[in-house]
Amino acid sequence: MAPITTLHYLVVAAALFILGVIGVLTRRNVVIVLMSIELILNAVNLNLVAFSRIWGLHGQVFAIFVITDAAAEAAVGLGILIAFFRNKETVNMDEVDLLKW
Amino acid sequence: MQPVATTFFFYFLSGITLISGVLVITRKNAVHSALALILGLLAQAGLYLMLYAPFVAGVQIILYAGGIMVLFLFVIMLVNLERAQKEEQFNKQWLVGLLAAVALGGLLMAVYLKGSALFTEHIAQPVENSNTQQIGVMLYGNYMFAFEIASLLLLVAIIGAVVMAKKRI
Repeated sequence: MAPITTLHYLVVAAALFILGVIGVLTRRNVVIVLMSIELILNAVNLNLVAFSRIWGLHGQVFAIFVITDAAAEAAVGLGILIAFFRNKETVNMDEVDLLKW
Repeated sequence: MQPVATTFFFYFLSGITLISGVLVITRKNAVHSALALILGLLAQAGLYLMLYAPFVAGVQIILYAGGIMVLFLFVIMLVNLERAQKEEQFNKQWLVGLLAAVALGGLLMAVYLKGSALFTEHIAQPVENSNTQQIGVMLYGNYMFAFEIASLLLLVAIIGAVVMAKKRI
């Protein structure tokens, strides 16, 4: 049984990040796009905590700040989604074209 | 205390994380996606525990799985998604998505293969009993300014969310 190194965690985080990017680029439902953004932020958090095992606790403090940002982003994003749904009765990403002319 | 069965738990938890990530971006029903994301977040909290980060694991469970995902589920219930399930779930950008995935994967793989000397293991002996205390000292010492900015950011987010979602200001 090979020991688990930091590189293992980094590979898992990279896979999670790529899953999030694919979700953001290909899904139409805005709620699921926001969830994919949460996946990306979680991948970054996993990287930070994995490095904090080597370099000291700064990574964990940064992970807490990233979680704070994720909370703020989710609140504002879902507020925008509700306002948009009230106007156009849809949650599809490609119908968000109010500013296009 | 050394964690027991590290290899098994690492593969188990990261497998759950990745499978639930795939479920998040493929399910048709948004509620199923949200539940899969909650499962993935809990598995990731387990990974944090294995990395000697108990405080971050607790924050992950309380804030993410408890707070943010409840917000998501409320919004999914507010916007009526019965009709959205019958529509096409993916847009026409699968080629762009594939290209981005390949490019990012290649970049990260190149970095990890070339720079593996950066990740050498000289693990500082973690002090388990005072993890939360040390994080608190850092938050109120080195990161005082960033902490205040974060509180301001949360205030702005609260006001912004209320203003956006309110029908008539």
